Amino acid sequence: MTPADRKYSRTHEWVKIEGDIAVTGITDHAQDALGDITFVELPKKGSQVSKEKECGVIESVKAASDLYSPISGAISEVNEDLETAPEVINSDPYEKGWIFKISNFNKSELDSLMDAAAYEKFLETEE
Amino acid sequence: MHFHTYQNNYQNMKKTVLHEKHLALNARMSPFGGFEMPIQYEGIIKEHNAARNAAAIFDTCHMGEFLIQGAGAVEDLERIVSCSIKDIKIGGCRYGFICNEQGGVIDDQILYRLKENEFFMVVNSATEAGDFKWIREHLSNASSIENLTEQTGKADLQGPAAPKIFSKLMSEPVDEMKFYTFKYNYYRGEKVLTSRTGYTGEIGFEIYCSNDLIKKFWDDCIELGATPAGLGARDTLRLEMGFPLYGHELNQDTNAAESGFTRAIASKNFIGSSAVLDSSKRSRVLTGIVIEGRRAARAGDLVLDSDGNETGYVTSGSFSPTLGIAIAMAYVKPADVGTAVKIKTERGELAAKISEVPFYKGGTVRSDIRKFL
Repeated sequence: MTPADRKYSRTHEWVKIEGDIAVTGITDHAQDALGDITFVELPKKGSQVSKEKECGVIESVKAASDLYSPISGAISEVNEDLETAPEVINSDPYEKGWIFKISNFNKSELDSLMDAAAYEKFLETEE
Repeated sequence: MHFHTYQNNYQNMKKTVLHEKHLALNARMSPFGGFEMPIQYEGIIKEHNAARNAAAIFDTCHMGEFLIQGAGAVEDLERIVSCSIKDIKIGGCRYGFICNEQGGVIDDQILYRLKENEFFMVVNSATEAGDFKWIREHLSNASSIENLTEQTGKADLQGPAAPKIFSKLMSEPVDEMKFYTFKYNYYRGEKVLTSRTGYTGEIGFEIYCSNDLIKKFWDDCIELGATPAGLGARDTLRLEMGFPLYGHELNQDTNAAESGFTRAIASKNFIGSSAVLDSSKRSRVLTGIVIEGRRAARAGDLVLDSDGNETGYVTSGSFSPTLGIAIAMAYVKPADVGTAVKIKTERGELAAKISEVPFYKGGTVRSDIRKFL
């Protein structure tokens, strides 16, 4: 089930608003498609990220994939657990597998992101 | 994220007899050696760990098998394969290279001496047709080669729990099987060829039988607790052992001696021996590299010395599930273990060090089989 409490990008990232912080990660579909995640290159705390721009890398056993930010703003926190246990993204992509948090995010950008139902529909058309 | 999407309807790809089993298990399929093969089922790391800690079963039906026999078989094979043939015991297996005249590797293979003048040869799938042609062209009139590939099913059962599973399925005892030997056994009433060989570094077996029977073997092993494992895990397992993969570490442009597998090369006359046995022709050697951290190097990445000068290239690289770091194999200018190097990847440079192989030293492959029964 795709959590209803957040929004989704076409590149399979999610963003959940917690007050004035946007928490982000990748979807269950993305972690499943990647396979076992072995390394995450996190953006630096304090750096600016832009919507749909590459801001990190996720490596799995077989390949490396760019991580895009679903929203623009400043990186306020990164999930340091991912340095030693990146596989938590596979086992819990929506909670413990969060990747980075953004402050001063651009609220208007949320409008162009998909809700859970739209993302599920999007997945159906992708296959 | 953008990621590779797997499919399972590849055009012009052969399928093994276990193909439906892989689809039923929702395997991710990919082309390999002309076949549509399972890369993973539940996950590469899970499957890798099953081989290291329990039992894993691999579909290896795609590989090639030949029967070479006749009064001239030993002499012909001495000329065609780099390892010593005449001293292979009946019941013994031996690894060697088939080289071209320049000392490049046409394939790596394992020979099973069935009788004085009868040999079973196992080769890689991508090179099977070429190997058959090459060998046939180089045999004398005193020997012959038969291609048994189409009618031979094969699977690898590997891991510390493999001997118990295997002995439950085989009619005759397996407790006398020594490393790198084979015996005939009976499974479900049919005669099968079994060997204590494999590509993982753990104790285990390869079995050769009819196509019908290999399907039953697959099911029986899974029922007895073996985890289906794909080519993804097969690759991480062999890489941890420093085993070469044809097409990566070995190809027609790599001198067989540069591989470092000197036990597979005898001081004798064979096709390519003048280049292989001439050490002056060696400017680089196949080496292990350990990387600081989890970030992987990949085939083709350049290796630089600490001054930033190019010293070689990566042939294979991956995160190592058992060691928890990234490892690689590379052809580099000879350097001592511990020498600092850098690997130039698409996404930046990785700090690394020359390492011994195998990277993983805890494997059960040579253990006394009775400990696992």
